[in-house]
Amino acid sequence: MPGSSDGRVRDISDLLSRLGLRRPTSAQDLPAASSSDFEEPAYASKALKKFIACLSTRPAPVLIDLGPVVGSNIAFFGEQLGCKIYVEDLCADFERHEREGTLDQFPELLKSRFRQDDESVDGVLCWDVFDHLDQASARAVATELTRVIRPNGALLGFFRTIAVGASHYTRYVVVDAENLRHRPYGTAHGRQGVLQNRDIIKLFAGLRVSDSFLLQSNVREILFRRPEYLSFGSR
Amino acid sequence: MDGQERRRFMMWKRDQGVRPTPGREGTVAPATPPPAGGPAATSAALGPESESRRHMDKDVVNIGKSVVIKGELNGSEDLTIEGHVEGKIELRDHVLTIGPNGKTKAEVFAKVVIVLGDVRGNIVASEKVDIRDNGSVDGDIAAPRVAIAEGAHFRGSVDMQKKVEPPRPAPQAETKSAAPAPAPAAPKPLV
Repeated sequence: MPGSSDGRVRDISDLLSRLGLRRPTSAQDLPAASSSDFEEPAYASKALKKFIACLSTRPAPVLIDLGPVVGSNIAFFGEQLGCKIYVEDLCADFERHEREGTLDQFPELLKSRFRQDDESVDGVLCWDVFDHLDQASARAVATELTRVIRPNGALLGFFRTIAVGASHYTRYVVVDAENLRHRPYGTAHGRQGVLQNRDIIKLFAGLRVSDSFLLQSNVREILFRRPEYLSFGSR
Repeated sequence: MDGQERRRFMMWKRDQGVRPTPGREGTVAPATPPPAGGPAATSAALGPESESRRHMDKDVVNIGKSVVIKGELNGSEDLTIEGHVEGKIELRDHVLTIGPNGKTKAEVFAKVVIVLGDVRGNIVASEKVDIRDNGSVDGDIAAPRVAIAEGAHFRGSVDMQKKVEPPRPAPQAETKSAAPAPAPAAPKPLV
């Protein structure tokens, strides 16, 4: 009887926080976007803050976003951090090739997909794209990203640690430096499988793991940095 | 002075013959609008309601669905493209709208660019690029403000570069003297 509904609310919020899910607690946390956003929960991200910190030390950072274009992310990184942003929606390409039945050519095409010069990019937002790519494609993308990233540049990736039958992509919307909204959108193509830690590290052999966080939502957030010494002829 | 006035008057008369109702007060010279677009053009470009009002209030040139243009398109008034344009579009001080049926394969330079149709090519806007729902851009964007709706397609880069200040006519010596901390060892150009 005493405060039973309060207790239930507390239980639910505890459960949510244990799942790595956090609701915006103050008006400051809420985005300035449309009113429909207010219903969506914000998910805490530990690596995003560090990724943003890496970018903010650069004078005019160049960023690659491998996800679908999100207007508010463009505004966030473009206006607040002064980034030049390349939007390279790999999932859309993947979908197109699957529709056209040319998926076998996809890994080969990825080798010439990125037009950026060597060591010209300060940050890469991979989101969970690697969960959706097959092994050959993932290897091709990782090689290309390692090529374009600058010494001390950062790469942020989300990797699922358990196989969940999710058959959708996720649009990651930056709320602030610590929170993201996850907006699923349809696809005919689900996740490819779970990449083990050693596979991920092997994939990005030219980079070093700067930070790794295993969230209670079974997602591993990894922030890679490119070591500086690689640029001085040690490759 | 007299000759100029007469010429203006004649132009006004001629234009009046072509366009019967400018819609606003007759004081606005319709033939050659001022080089810098008024603030109305900018604010009107931002909302659908105000956009339609703009169409009513102001002359907006339309390139219709069946029109195909290949080459260079220059202008000093707002333009809506519903047809197909290939080449280069330059409306430095004005609003360019690519309508839902519009398709361009062109380098675009304008003050504000609103995309509801399909654009292939780079866009440079001095004020804003707005890609609306179902709008599609395949190219690089350079503009201080960029808005992309959720249903829009975009592939390319976005560069929200700092606003380029117009070159100042001030003499070189003056800018040097305005520097906050001049090097003590450098020989003084003045005096």
